[in-house]
Amino acid sequence: MKLTSTELQEKARELRIAIVKMLHKSQSGHTGGSLSAIDMITALYFNKMRHNPADPRWEGRDRFVLCKGHAAPAQYVALATAGYFPKEDLMMLRRLGSHLQGHPDSKSTPGVEVCTGSLGQGLSMANGMALGLRLDGKDCRVYALLGDGELQEGQVWEAAMAAAHYRLDNLCALVDANALQIDGEVAKVMNVAPIGEKFRAFGWHVLEIDGHDMDAIVAALDKAETVKGHPTVIVASTVKGKGVDIFENKASYHGVTPSDAELPHALKCLGCAED
Amino acid sequence: MSTMKATRDAYGETLAELGAENLDIVVLDADLSGSTKTSLFAKKFPERFFNMGIAEANLVGTAAGLAAAGKIPFASTFAIFAVGRAWEQVRQSVAYPKANVKIVGTHGGITVGEDGGSHQSVEDIAIMRAIPNMTVIVPADGVETDGAIRAAAAHKGPVYVRLGRNKVPTVFDATYRFEIGKGQVVRAGSDVTFVTTGLMTAQALEAAEILARDGINARVVHIGTIKPLDEEIILAAARETGAIVTAEEHSIVGGLGGAVSELLAEKQPTPVKRVGINDRFGTSGKAEELIKYFGLTPDDLAAAARDVLQKK
Repeated sequence: MKLTSTELQEKARELRIAIVKMLHKSQSGHTGGSLSAIDMITALYFNKMRHNPADPRWEGRDRFVLCKGHAAPAQYVALATAGYFPKEDLMMLRRLGSHLQGHPDSKSTPGVEVCTGSLGQGLSMANGMALGLRLDGKDCRVYALLGDGELQEGQVWEAAMAAAHYRLDNLCALVDANALQIDGEVAKVMNVAPIGEKFRAFGWHVLEIDGHDMDAIVAALDKAETVKGHPTVIVASTVKGKGVDIFENKASYHGVTPSDAELPHALKCLGCAED
Repeated sequence: MSTMKATRDAYGETLAELGAENLDIVVLDADLSGSTKTSLFAKKFPERFFNMGIAEANLVGTAAGLAAAGKIPFASTFAIFAVGRAWEQVRQSVAYPKANVKIVGTHGGITVGEDGGSHQSVEDIAIMRAIPNMTVIVPADGVETDGAIRAAAAHKGPVYVRLGRNKVPTVFDATYRFEIGKGQVVRAGSDVTFVTTGLMTAQALEAAEILARDGINARVVHIGTIKPLDEEIILAAARETGAIVTAEEHSIVGGLGGAVSELLAEKQPTPVKRVGINDRFGTSGKAEELIKYFGLTPDDLAAAARDVLQKK
């Protein structure tokens, strides 16, 4: 299921539509950060990662950790579309008894590796997986997607130090740098810039890209695989709420879902005629 | 009670043995491997030992990731840091996903001594006991520590083992078989029961001898696993002796005393006296001085038993 760049763009559009419909239905969840991350998640699930939706625990799979767990809707639509579970399940997001919890839960959802959502903890777990896979002599890779606001958590830098110390070149982190967090601009709440230089200083190989340019995303993921002796981080500039103009670059859409009134416009923005 | 051994020493030795038996066992430490004794494992299996530096949050998170990759990680540092500094990592990355991680905190309680209150964990049992999915073990001696570490490795899921710094009397003989969730009657008696954990079990056995001189026949029940609690052995003691003294090297809030009081209040109301640290922080001093200072001696336990017997 390795899609071309053009096919990936179309797939990402399809997944954006699914995110909007899902969040409109649930009326609870995180819209902005799901839409900013979805292009990278699409490239991972439909091009880069070796995985088997029919056998989620397949030993040879590459691992994905959604450190910014509030973007769970983006991972859920990718998993459902890839075939891990029926797409109808998406309409049960955050409901009592649903396997789609508010934040990723490895006990509940096929294809979710660990529990994330409390920010700052995911990269440590990705490190542990990378160490374990290397001990077993497996060539599986580990991908960890973080938010830029998340970089304010000290544990991220403990983990960044450790990944370089243990030369985890089977690990690739991606930073969804949408420049916004709940209280406003990341630069104003607590500036994390310069992100690339910080990781470089910690001993990482750094790639900086436009996180909505599918060619660039795929090229960076390919490049990361060739880097030896260091972990790689892809710092991706993104737009929070990308794809729906009324959600774009608005911190207020961090944890707000599309309303009944907004839904038709949002779907129209994404080229979806129905509803 | 002839021999003396620190539970952390037993931990290091058992871990190094287990490393040879089970290749999935990996060990992590946070710059205290010489003190926690994980250095014994590190020496034998350097490729399966990961020093994470002074970074406890990442220590616990990395252990969770190793568990997700199919390993059986033992993550160690002092109890105060494993439980306090990394509490939310223990909750979110380990207990919530039910990760197969073993957190072994050494230097628990006040007997860490001279380092003082900043380093004396008096609330770790309570904190860990409150987390769903968590098993909490506090061995009495080296023999039980060996059994507990083996049981933790075999158990699928999160386990917290609390160990001590100093040598403690050996309570159990070599035939003892530790089982998660099983208490042990270490002394028979019918007038009053000491329900104890960790090094307080040895103290209670001495207290029972003091009481015996006055014709008071005290039972001693050792609780090696605080969670899940062996309810039957405690309820039987309450029914048969009618008076309970709990004793732990820990706050009287939320630990063994809390667990026993909750159980008895609901299922078998019985006079209880909790012996432990009275909701305060520790302080610098020699371990044996602190045991006296905080009222954890056999004489203190005997006095507590006489007190609770008045309420029977």
